[in-house]
Amino acid sequence: MTPMTLNGTPITVDAAPTELLVNVLRDDLGKTGTHIGCDTSQCGACNVLMNGEPVKSCTILLAQAEGAAITTVEGLAEGGKLHPMQAAFKEEHGLQCGFCTPGMIIAGIGIAERHGAGVDDATIAHELEGNLCRCTGYVNIVKAIRKGAADMGAGA
Amino acid sequence: MNIVKPASVADAVSAAKAVAGSGGDVAYLAGGHTLIPAMKARLRDPEQLVDLAALDDLRGIIEADGRLWMGAMTRHRDVAEQAGRIPALTEMALLIGDPQVRNRGTLGGALANNDPAADYPAAALALEAVIETDRASHAAADFFQGMFFTALEDGELIRRVGFRIPKRAAYAKFRHPASRYALSGVFVAELDEGIWRVAVTGCGQEGVFRWPEAEEALATGTDIASVTPPAASLMSSDIHASAEYRAHLCTVMLAQAAQGLQ
Repeated sequence: MTPMTLNGTPITVDAAPTELLVNVLRDDLGKTGTHIGCDTSQCGACNVLMNGEPVKSCTILLAQAEGAAITTVEGLAEGGKLHPMQAAFKEEHGLQCGFCTPGMIIAGIGIAERHGAGVDDATIAHELEGNLCRCTGYVNIVKAIRKGAADMGAGA
Repeated sequence: MNIVKPASVADAVSAAKAVAGSGGDVAYLAGGHTLIPAMKARLRDPEQLVDLAALDDLRGIIEADGRLWMGAMTRHRDVAEQAGRIPALTEMALLIGDPQVRNRGTLGGALANNDPAADYPAAALALEAVIETDRASHAAADFFQGMFFTALEDGELIRRVGFRIPKRAAYAKFRHPASRYALSGVFVAELDEGIWRVAVTGCGQEGVFRWPEAEEALATGTDIASVTPPAASLMSSDIHASAEYRAHLCTVMLAQAAQGLQ
């Protein structure tokens, strides 16, 4: 049994400790908002927050998440209110098919945490090098993260 | 496949020894950002993983004896944020993978793996790094022994790595656009007045190597545009880049690094 905190709730997970975290989240814990895009650590669709930092859950074993606080896209909204980064993706139309979006939002939160409310477009584009989108051309994703970072800084 | 999480370096080494002694395949798990992809690709199938995550004394960066010493479990992110004493190293760390990879991948893992396209081997060779393990101290010049091979014995565990603090240094890298690994990476360092080291990664069939002609040119002030490229016969060649192209990229990266010295 592996103890962890999932989206704010302490749980123990009954799964093989050498299973990939992404598979545990999706198959054992029902958090299917975490997507599997490439399975080779490149696309970022499986990003989750681990102790507040974005990581690729396809490249982490359950045992490595022992005792950690894991936040999936399902855990971002509070009391029915979208997280500012989620709201920004909606407002700026930062998605098309939506497959990469959970990973983009998690990466966006990491960018906002490290670079602050005034992060510029070039920095955002550079920091998104580990997230692939096959629809949008990234323009609105960058706009959404810029707005999300500003709104997070304003405590929205 | 089993996994254990020992609380000390000694326990980690004996856990590895117990399995290796009976002929089993055992692997240390640091950040896992090379090992786990290798396992998913069925290139590795260890029966025992020894997770190093609890070994807090393998983390952190200190300066001593003209070197910057970094614990083996220091993450690329930590190097990027805390190794400012050697700006070329922070710059290099920021070119590894992406933010998510840098949040997990470690210095010790990268050196122990000695991927021919990894970045740290170039920094270690150019900055005459000392690689301290549970049982020995290796000079970088003797440590890298060909693609994915190092001087590490079975079960030998890197504790920390000491990079010489140079007068100035720089790293230039031509990145594969998907994997972010180096197609050519050139680390240039002036260790002491007029003493230059140039190490190349991403290109060599045998992994990282020094480039004596480039060192000579920097030491004598010769125009580096005239430096003889590394021999194409020594270069690796694959669908991403031919041997000739890689050799040419080395001269371009050398010029970029020489311009960015700090």
